[in-house]
Amino acid sequence: MSILDSKIPEGPLADKWTNHKNKIDLVNPANKRLIDVIIVGTGLAGGSAAATLAELGYNVKAFCFQDSPRRAHSIAAQGGINAAKNYQGDGDSTYRLFYDTVKGGDYRSREANVYRLAEVSTNIIDQCVAQGVPFAREYGGLLDNRSFGGVLVSRTFYAKGQTGQQLLLGAYAAMNRQIGRGKIKMYTRHEMLDVVIVDGKARGIIARNLVTGEIERHSAHAVVLGTGGYGNAFYLSTYAMGSNVTAAWKAHKRGAFFANPCYTQIHPTCIPVSGDHQSKLTLMSESLRNDGRIWVPKHKKDVEAIRNGSLKPTDLAEDDRDYYLERRYPAFGNLVPRDVASRAAKERCDAGYGVNQTGEAVYLDFASAIERYGKEQAYVKGLNVDDKAIVTKLGKEVVENKYGNLFQMYEKIVDQNPYETPMMIYPAVHYTMGGLWVDYNLMTTVPGLYAIGEANFSDHGANRLGASALMQGLADGYFVLPYTIGDYLAHDIRTGEIPTDTKEFEEAEKNVRADIDKFINNKGTKSVDHFHKRLGKIMWNKCGMARNEKDLKEAITEIASLREEFYKDVFVPGTEHEYNEELAKAGRVADFLELGELFAKDALERNESAGGHFREEYQTEGGEALRVKDYQYVSAWEYKGQPSDAVHHKEPLEYKNIEVKERSYK
Amino acid sequence: MNLTLKIWRQKNANDKGKIVDYPISDISPDMSFLEMLDVLNQELIEKGESPVAFDHDCREGICGTCSLYINGRAHGPETKITVCQLHMRSFKDGDTIYIEPWRAEAFPVIKDLVVDRTSFDRIQQAGGFISVNTSGNTQDANAIPIKKENADKAFDAATCIGCGACVASCKNSSAMLFVSAKVSQFALLPQGQVEATDRVLNMVKQMDDEGFGNCTNTGACEVECPKGISLENIARMNREYLAASLKG
Repeated sequence: MSILDSKIPEGPLADKWTNHKNKIDLVNPANKRLIDVIIVGTGLAGGSAAATLAELGYNVKAFCFQDSPRRAHSIAAQGGINAAKNYQGDGDSTYRLFYDTVKGGDYRSREANVYRLAEVSTNIIDQCVAQGVPFAREYGGLLDNRSFGGVLVSRTFYAKGQTGQQLLLGAYAAMNRQIGRGKIKMYTRHEMLDVVIVDGKARGIIARNLVTGEIERHSAHAVVLGTGGYGNAFYLSTYAMGSNVTAAWKAHKRGAFFANPCYTQIHPTCIPVSGDHQSKLTLMSESLRNDGRIWVPKHKKDVEAIRNGSLKPTDLAEDDRDYYLERRYPAFGNLVPRDVASRAAKERCDAGYGVNQTGEAVYLDFASAIERYGKEQAYVKGLNVDDKAIVTKLGKEVVENKYGNLFQMYEKIVDQNPYETPMMIYPAVHYTMGGLWVDYNLMTTVPGLYAIGEANFSDHGANRLGASALMQGLADGYFVLPYTIGDYLAHDIRTGEIPTDTKEFEEAEKNVRADIDKFINNKGTKSVDHFHKRLGKIMWNKCGMARNEKDLKEAITEIASLREEFYKDVFVPGTEHEYNEELAKAGRVADFLELGELFAKDALERNESAGGHFREEYQTEGGEALRVKDYQYVSAWEYKGQPSDAVHHKEPLEYKNIEVKERSYK
Repeated sequence: MNLTLKIWRQKNANDKGKIVDYPISDISPDMSFLEMLDVLNQELIEKGESPVAFDHDCREGICGTCSLYINGRAHGPETKITVCQLHMRSFKDGDTIYIEPWRAEAFPVIKDLVVDRTSFDRIQQAGGFISVNTSGNTQDANAIPIKKENADKAFDAATCIGCGACVASCKNSSAMLFVSAKVSQFALLPQGQVEATDRVLNMVKQMDDEGFGNCTNTGACEVECPKGISLENIARMNREYLAASLKG
């Protein structure tokens, strides 16, 4: 028996959540006023949780490192949010969304959690519309949908290419209402630097005011982390510059197990790296694969000609193009899941068919979509469907309406017009499925410490489907945590306010101050970025899209020695008593340097390929991921000092409502 | 290319601040403007000097954090983009570039180019929401059809990223475009009607209390808005405000 108790409720899958809600303890409204909850992070998960808990009557203290809760990186999510509404009448259902998500995650997620997610997905859309989120609509005034990868129905709700922005602003507005009422106390430009544990329970945090440098103690009856993923361990990623693992990692060091750190999503459609100066990568939404077709030239001579500029991609004949996703996966075509699409791009580029100077780019082409939409519009308007100029003009209008902001973003970065010439894209780090281990109640292995949204590990298995991150963030924050946290807090109604002048707060604050002093007084010779970039190179080359035993072993050694060098030679200018971004970055990179090693260790332990974790030793003859039955478990790591000493625990995964089979998109 | 940067340096809110010259060389036209500043900061750190503080986060034009006033224009010389989307190909070798923070009484400087925009948050807290609890028992999302035209207009208003370029560009430091974007979004949707009166009165009052100036219809805000938020929203807010005042 594993020491990990997932607390999955008894009963048939479809009744588990309802039964659970009926049985858990509640806190009466008068008593909620006596209870404080700290929420760290104000993205979709943290923001929605803060608003909902405050509505329920708890006293919420919310923290974000940004200058406003509205700037959390959920804002950058583009394509959409899934919900099993079946508005299109195309056969969608709660079960189908559940099935697609478990299969998409390569049978490495927890059945009960995923079913609950699918179940509450429909509430999210209702809730957001009631809040005034302006989703895209059809001419009849009803909500529009589109398709995302790995599914055969249209269940994705969207607001152009900026759905995350609109949903986050919805949660931000809900938070604002509670801030205005005094039920949320908002701490912006604050970074959480430790969790305080009192008598085995999470009872507060130590935070640094990033403007004044002050170290503050904050207490509460429970602490919730909605602090996002750790993809910035790779340095280059689609994450925001400030996204970090620090809150989750400090929680890990205080006893929260870290689950499946090696499950990373490398998103297939990002703008390729252009040079060493690059600070971040930009995603081009998966929704573009609804209409864009991915290809490389069939022949090497054309690749050469394109690279040296003597041939334009638009001049290459249809027959000389290799639409490799349509060729390899006829059933799903360009809408295969992300892990599959990324590996296929890498395979073509490794074989020498990459279309840019670095050989690491493939085309995403909208010419056929522009023609198809143009003809449709010309027909509707009674115009000549054979007039190319008219068709192209009308087609471009439709495409602009759907993806205008994405096309503009592309043009600004690459300086090419994607309406005229195909986009160039390449995979980049985008999301981390791994995170803090949580039970069905979203509680970590530390009582009273919760993790929601991307910060936890629970719903996406080894690969996340498109438009599911927004769904999970809001499901956790609006509809799951507000119930499950009550079950825990019901035992705290007589506790009273948690004092901060205790030895536990003292000790945690002392540690935080010691870490900061170390950086400020280190007086090394190299900047924080220097080390971050080097870590990123190790991660990308040895723990990236394809991994093997030799590389992973090297990565573990290299990261450990880089960490040592970092502590010896890092230079942080300025003082701790001021706005000091380098100091904040130093703390974040220090934690990435520990997490990175655990990441590689986890990838080495998992002798199989599953979803985003592709081990070269484990693949089918056709180059697809080869799962191994013995690894049908969640890996949860317990902190014991150094990443190399981390203790491995297993939570076995059982599938009673879905048949585990080879994941095929052919 | 080689450039001369003239950057506003100010230690903290109480410091007087001044422009400091920094020559910088070997800048690639493919770099973003912020990556160029990264290069400068790495050089300063190597020399043991204090790097230039500037706000930035997503670096893809959506979070609204970046906020630089470049050669006298919010977000620099191009239109409909944020600074993080601005690339060095918009400049030429030998250029002198002035880089300053947003200037407005309601946006005090924290350090160098970083300003405090919490006044924007407080305006939103005064009424930028629809009062609906997250029960999960709201009516079905398709129960109220909304004209596509209105839904699209509401969306266009809702794309405001809250960066503050409108305020920085306005000679009166007015926040009318920012406030009207939220008022319009909700005014255009049936869900927003119920609280329309209180919303516009409360948000406008908070805007005035924060020390933002009046609108004199110069239209500078619309020109510099990275999301192209239209002046129509200000007109709509004025109508909403007038109607609300008459009711009130």
